[in-house]
Amino acid sequence: MMTADKKTVGLYVHIPFCRSKCPYCDFYSFFPRPETVDRYIEKICSDIKDSPYRFDTVYIGGGTPSFIGEERIARIVSSADIAENDEITVECNPSDTGNPDKEFDFSVLKSAGVNRISMGLQSAVDSERKALGRRAGKDEVSRALERSVKSGIDNISLDLMLGIPGQTEKSLRESLDFCISSGAKHISAYILKIEDGTFFGKNREKIILPDDDETADLYLAASEALKSAGFAHYEISNFALPGYESRHNLKYWRSEEYLGLGPAAHSFIGGRRFYFERDIEKYITGAGPVDDGEGGGEREYIMLALRLSEGIAFEKYSEKYGKELSGDFKNRCGFYASYGFGILTSGCFSLTEKGFLISNSIISDLVDYL
Amino acid sequence: MAIDKNRIRNFCIIAHIDHGKSTLADRLLEKTNSVALRDMTDQLLDDMDLEKERGITIKAHAVTLNYKANDGEEYLLNLIDTPGHVDFNYEVSRSLAACEGAVLIVDATQGVEAQTLANTYLALDHDLEIVPVINKIDLPSADPERVSKEVEDVIGLDCSEAARISAKTGENVEEVLEQIVKFIPAPKADDSLPCRALIFDSVYDSYKGVIVYVRVKEGKIKPGDTMRLMATGAEFTVVETGYMRARMPEPRSELTAGEVGYITASIKTVGDARVGDTVTTAGRPASEPLPGYRKVNPMVFCGIYPADGADYENLREALEKLQLNDASLSFEPETSGALGFGFRCGFLGLLHLEIIQERLEREYDLDLVTTVPSVVYKINLTDGTQIEIDNPTHYPDPANIASCEEPFTDAHIYSPAEYVGTIMDLCQERRGVFKNMDYITPDRVDIHYELPLNEIIYDFFDSLKSRTRGYASFDYEISDYRASKLVKLDVLLNGEIIDALSFIIHSDKAYSKARKIAEKLKDNIPRQMFEIPIQIAIGGKIIARETVKAMRKDVLAKCYGGDITRKKKLLEKQKEGKKRMRHFGTVEVPQEAFMAVLKLDDDG
Repeated sequence: MMTADKKTVGLYVHIPFCRSKCPYCDFYSFFPRPETVDRYIEKICSDIKDSPYRFDTVYIGGGTPSFIGEERIARIVSSADIAENDEITVECNPSDTGNPDKEFDFSVLKSAGVNRISMGLQSAVDSERKALGRRAGKDEVSRALERSVKSGIDNISLDLMLGIPGQTEKSLRESLDFCISSGAKHISAYILKIEDGTFFGKNREKIILPDDDETADLYLAASEALKSAGFAHYEISNFALPGYESRHNLKYWRSEEYLGLGPAAHSFIGGRRFYFERDIEKYITGAGPVDDGEGGGEREYIMLALRLSEGIAFEKYSEKYGKELSGDFKNRCGFYASYGFGILTSGCFSLTEKGFLISNSIISDLVDYL
Repeated sequence: MAIDKNRIRNFCIIAHIDHGKSTLADRLLEKTNSVALRDMTDQLLDDMDLEKERGITIKAHAVTLNYKANDGEEYLLNLIDTPGHVDFNYEVSRSLAACEGAVLIVDATQGVEAQTLANTYLALDHDLEIVPVINKIDLPSADPERVSKEVEDVIGLDCSEAARISAKTGENVEEVLEQIVKFIPAPKADDSLPCRALIFDSVYDSYKGVIVYVRVKEGKIKPGDTMRLMATGAEFTVVETGYMRARMPEPRSELTAGEVGYITASIKTVGDARVGDTVTTAGRPASEPLPGYRKVNPMVFCGIYPADGADYENLREALEKLQLNDASLSFEPETSGALGFGFRCGFLGLLHLEIIQERLEREYDLDLVTTVPSVVYKINLTDGTQIEIDNPTHYPDPANIASCEEPFTDAHIYSPAEYVGTIMDLCQERRGVFKNMDYITPDRVDIHYELPLNEIIYDFFDSLKSRTRGYASFDYEISDYRASKLVKLDVLLNGEIIDALSFIIHSDKAYSKARKIAEKLKDNIPRQMFEIPIQIAIGGKIIARETVKAMRKDVLAKCYGGDITRKKKLLEKQKEGKKRMRHFGTVEVPQEAFMAVLKLDDDG
């Protein structure tokens, strides 16, 4: 195979299958018929093989990738032309991978090259997990982690959710202690957002969430605890031990290129953004991607870079766009810095945690000063 | 073809709101075959969407019907519909002046209400023959016996022959037609006199220019004549005359004394053919106009601003278009530090204001910000001069004010007797002066108060309705100006005066109002990146304060895999939301906050 002139990008593969739908989730997923799964994997594998890219990061997400079983995941990974020094992540559901009555063989993944697992913990408090529609309990999560580490995959990320119904600083503390003592190298801590079209979205008035002030306090408490355990708060919602940042996700935030395969998967390559429609049959029968316009512009860059604690490096910006950031822009940064929402140095502007919390307001204001 | 004037009947229908005026009008059209049943949409005469929704007739309308009566003769019935709200009392009086009789509808479940009486008295003032009709007999709670007696007792009208009908089902509606023919006199008409025709409505049509609706009192007018409007002296060549028919106008070779019809003459704006003016012919002019014309003056003023400054010209055009059809709407450009460029607009009353605002938003697709409505105050200055103020921005330095005067109204409230206490409380709160109270029947009262106009224009009617569970009705007219202790309240956000929120108020109410405004603003201004102090001041003195706490968090959505576009759209949506806000330095105020202050009520 001719590989010498292949471009290296990230690969995202969407597995749109779930045993049941979580009430907060608005990703594209459903409970499939067995033959649909086989036809889909067939198509994905051939699309990966046919793609003209080499991949240094692979992220198999969903939906529930673990739903399709170890062998099929391994097949997908094996279809890709993987660059050296790679990061290959698979999202796993503890009810598949930590089930006491059924073995899940992480070594199959390990042999295929998978070296990172992302596990949906959400909360270590079982009553909170139940409210979120998660079937497995804390014990399944522990068991899944053990199995993964035992098979040699110890780069593990846990998803944690903030601002869930009934959550308090005390109950959050329980979840944080679990994360810290679990040996996980990476924590994604998202604030629950109620999306239209989800079960929560349809029952908005019945769901009592912590208010904005309480949620802000939960966020700061999580950050505080994780930082004192050695995690760096490297992105609005992401924490990592040194060297364990998600390289795949960093591609999104650093405006780097990635290919997304599967229905509802998004791509950014060659300055264009495009995606596949939320329709698995269309995907399997070969419908092409939908153009989503130009990407990688200045405004987008600012929006993404400010999600990262590294922020905007002025020199990098001028290299990329062939022009300096304006004095007005930097003055506005200074304005935010003076109120403690950001940090402005001679070469860079980044948001503080207080700034992260209202980053939508700050970013949508700042881009008007470009 | 000459019309036998003995077989013309000119009449209107008067009623309290919701007593079934438009429904009866529709039924009359149907029974005289003026419209085929299949063309009937409910309430044909109310042709504005707004009128249908609010159930209020805003403009007068007229239609000519042919009716073959039981005596075997064919009659020409001219039905002139009247506006149904106190804001339009003058228009009502001109419509009545065009008639010889009035059908008075009274709801068989509700009986005599404020506008039943007000309109009946107006009709009696114009010497109209009144034909009472008891409507809604199909409703289970209908009590036509009691209501007939009430009409006899309260108004003194003989109801022994009153038709008892259901306009909704059509039951007994023919009886109304027979009574119109039988009781309402034919017009006294002399074609040989110089022409005098009363304008009771005018409507702008983009093809024909203004269509002038007239009742010819004396003489005649025909196409080719030079018509003269006696109040303005303006002259136009008559293009067309005719009858208004339900489906389309019917051109006639002339209009003669006693007839009701339309004239077109390429007139550009309704301001040139104002309601109440007299049309005569230049060839043989009448020496005196018909009595009763007056130019209506706006009573309530507010600033109207485009939410997006770029819409200023569109707003001007929309107002100009509305004014083509509404001579009582006035506007002139004004600027506000807070709101930019806009217009100071004058209205007959608060309903008129709301209607115009809604039409601007709906028909012209404009997003508007309106300021607190104001009445016209007279301010006597220390140098002996008097100024009139309809905009708080122009309120003079208190040091230069010798005294202030504000407009008062004569107000009647009709209500079941059990609510007398709560109504009197409300009127006292609104600085009302009690005049007297009459028991119309043992359980219904007419409470007469003198109320300051500025206490009614905000929300008086809403409060009255909620306190009386909708049973009380209300009618008022402007009486005079009286000395008053007034102050101007300023609202400061983050230390900056927001001129659009300033208003003039009686000093006794300043403190409690200030507190309510501060609370309302606090509830309606979303938390922002910085704490926002809200202060209410009289001159330099702060009399109320609140604080909007700083926002701690906005929506922290994740990046949805690589779906960057979604995140971008979310931010754009946030920006879109901000566009709808007014910016005052670093403070963003949503339009709802302005509305909330405007609608400030007692419980607020």
